[in-house]
Amino acid sequence: MADLETFRSETRAWLEANCPPEMRQPVRDEDDVYWGGRRATFKNDAQKAWLEACVAKGYTVPSWPKEYGGAGLSPAEAKVLREEMGRIGARPPLSSFGIWMLGPALLHFGTEGQKQRFLNEIARGEIRWCQGYSEPGSGSDLVSLQTYGEDKGDHWVVNGQKIWTSYADHADWIFCLVRTDKENKYGGITFMLYDMASEGVTTKPIKLISGNSPFCETFFDNVKVPKSYGDDVPAYVGTINRGWDVAKYLLGHEREMISGADGGDRTAGIGAAMKRHAARLGDELDPVLRAELAMFDVDALAYTAMGEKFLDEIKVGKAHPAQPNMMKYAGTELNKRRHELVMAVGGSRSLEWESEATEGGKPSRSWLRTKANSIEGGTSEVMLNVISKRILDLPGA
Amino acid sequence: MPLYHNEDQAMLADTAAGFMAEEGNIAKQLRHWRDRNCKDGFGHGLWKQMAEMGFTGMLVDEADGGLGMGHVEAGIVLEEIGRNLTPSPFLTSSVLAATALKHGSNDLKGRYLPGLIAGDSVFAVAIDETAKHRPQRITTRAEKSGNGFRLTGAKSFVIQGASSDMIVVAARTSGSDEDADGITLFAVPKDAAGMSHDAVRLVDSSMATHTKFDGVELDGDAVIGEIDGGRAVLDAMLLAGRVGAAAEGVGVARGAMDMTVTYLKQRKQFGKLIGEFQALQHRASHLYSEVEIARAVTIKAQQLLDAGAPSAELMASVAKAKVAKTARLAVQEGVQMHGGIGMTDEYDIGLYMKRDRALAEFLGDAYYHANRVAELSGY
Repeated sequence: MADLETFRSETRAWLEANCPPEMRQPVRDEDDVYWGGRRATFKNDAQKAWLEACVAKGYTVPSWPKEYGGAGLSPAEAKVLREEMGRIGARPPLSSFGIWMLGPALLHFGTEGQKQRFLNEIARGEIRWCQGYSEPGSGSDLVSLQTYGEDKGDHWVVNGQKIWTSYADHADWIFCLVRTDKENKYGGITFMLYDMASEGVTTKPIKLISGNSPFCETFFDNVKVPKSYGDDVPAYVGTINRGWDVAKYLLGHEREMISGADGGDRTAGIGAAMKRHAARLGDELDPVLRAELAMFDVDALAYTAMGEKFLDEIKVGKAHPAQPNMMKYAGTELNKRRHELVMAVGGSRSLEWESEATEGGKPSRSWLRTKANSIEGGTSEVMLNVISKRILDLPGA
Repeated sequence: MPLYHNEDQAMLADTAAGFMAEEGNIAKQLRHWRDRNCKDGFGHGLWKQMAEMGFTGMLVDEADGGLGMGHVEAGIVLEEIGRNLTPSPFLTSSVLAATALKHGSNDLKGRYLPGLIAGDSVFAVAIDETAKHRPQRITTRAEKSGNGFRLTGAKSFVIQGASSDMIVVAARTSGSDEDADGITLFAVPKDAAGMSHDAVRLVDSSMATHTKFDGVELDGDAVIGEIDGGRAVLDAMLLAGRVGAAAEGVGVARGAMDMTVTYLKQRKQFGKLIGEFQALQHRASHLYSEVEIARAVTIKAQQLLDAGAPSAELMASVAKAKVAKTARLAVQEGVQMHGGIGMTDEYDIGLYMKRDRALAEFLGDAYYHANRVAELSGY
């Protein structure tokens, strides 16, 4: 414990010296978030300085091993770092699907050559990745995907279409599920890595009900994907035709993230904040709305306890392997309810789509965004199916 | 502290589960005593066995002859009581009254605790005066009389009042009915002159009394804690009781859910097991999620209470409200998914529904505690 306290004071001093004041403000716009990549530009010098300081220290990926660009922190140390960053309101230096999604997969399934090359690039924010999972006909039934890679010996020729590819139009590389065996449903998918600048790759943004376009349709028209990028750097993760194992592992991570079980504050009680919010608008809570908030807070605070319990149990291997499905289901349904209540408290004010008071329609855009929570990363219905089958052991249909 | 049971607690859970399933099961206890119209609504033999298992004095300090355990441990026993619908004085005697007696004089402890620990005594608590739980308003009065008090008033929903040896009574010794202060707690022998107990059987077959105090003469040594300063003791007792009731409610919810899921795997309709129907699968899975969440927040509340954390009060109300909502869902879904057979007396699922209703009212229902959550959160 004494070591942890030393680590805390050192971390505090390091943050004091290295985190610029501009990076201790809440994120207001899209360009306050730095995603990295070949085409990335910094909004200002502070953003650049903060990233460079974190890269040098390994703090873009604090718990990854040092040889792959991390700081090699223990879970307890990583928690201290999160707490200390939270204390000063420090922005994450780098947002990246490479960090959240591909990195954990490579750490688990990658070759040494892949780790050396890709993890270091990710940690430094040099390459921006996107995820190619869903297809127009394969959303919840992901394993029915049709994008096909024809084996040509030293390379594949990939044809097909992906959808809901987050930020594909800004990405440099894609980690992509491609069918390489048409006969075998689960055992015929390969987890490929390739350059979005390859000939035959095109992207088209999808405008959402929130007015934003974070997602794209992505088309592959005879894209040539080599099988290897050099000695011990295959272009696929894990084994050819066994990409479903990797995908499943990653979906577990994604679900935890979306559910809020990662320890974010999205699931805390909101009643007190909503009372203040109403007061700022010169209003007060209707008794029935107050009651709804109270019932919501009961559920939210209970869910927060569940999140803690879940993380505690994961650490010692006590959690049921399908428990993330439960967390995802309950967490996302709760988050939708939360935003309904935020809208209700704001009244007509929260309807303003383009006003300064709402920072450009923030409440309504967020409310619309949360409606996807129970669809993305596996729908609530799919989560309930998994619980039925794997936890309750109910008979198959 | 991690939110799961440590090794000792897990061992206790195994022991309690085995014991309660064997000795406290529905056929052996609830149905047995109900079908004989038992005036107590529970079996003294089982209470004695629970003492031999070391359950009765779990929350009593070691210095006073108990085991000095915490609310996590008491919750383990309560969850099994809930799961088996075991009628027993555990919640009122070993949790509520035992918590109150922690604040009592050595003389009081010496008089009452050995009987509790041995499973020879049963204690009740008299708090409510109206049909809903409103402990902030106490109108039963105790006026100074000689070197003691004269108790006048009425209480209701006194669980096992007629079967008890002693009743913890919250009464007003000064101030007006709505004041927070001016409350004193008394340990009143059930047979004290001037007391009358109108016993009623409740929907879950348990027995409660409307108890009247018509100038009951009490010695000064019947006082638990400080005169006029009983609100703190009452609050501590209520807090322990709420967390305990939440644990029992988790047991009720789990018992009803397990019974229902088992039924889904056995019952056939339209040539299929009904558990194959997605409409029922999704509802069962939703129920499972709610039960897990309710259980998590209950353990959280138990740990906070054991740690003496100020946030225990908020989390106790969150737990009591969440469990009340969840157990209600579990018993309703249970009866519905059982279909017609769920409405028969012969089948146990309906007993869960009855117990849930009584337990949810005890020490404040979901609405009471959601309102507390709002108040404690500042809105």
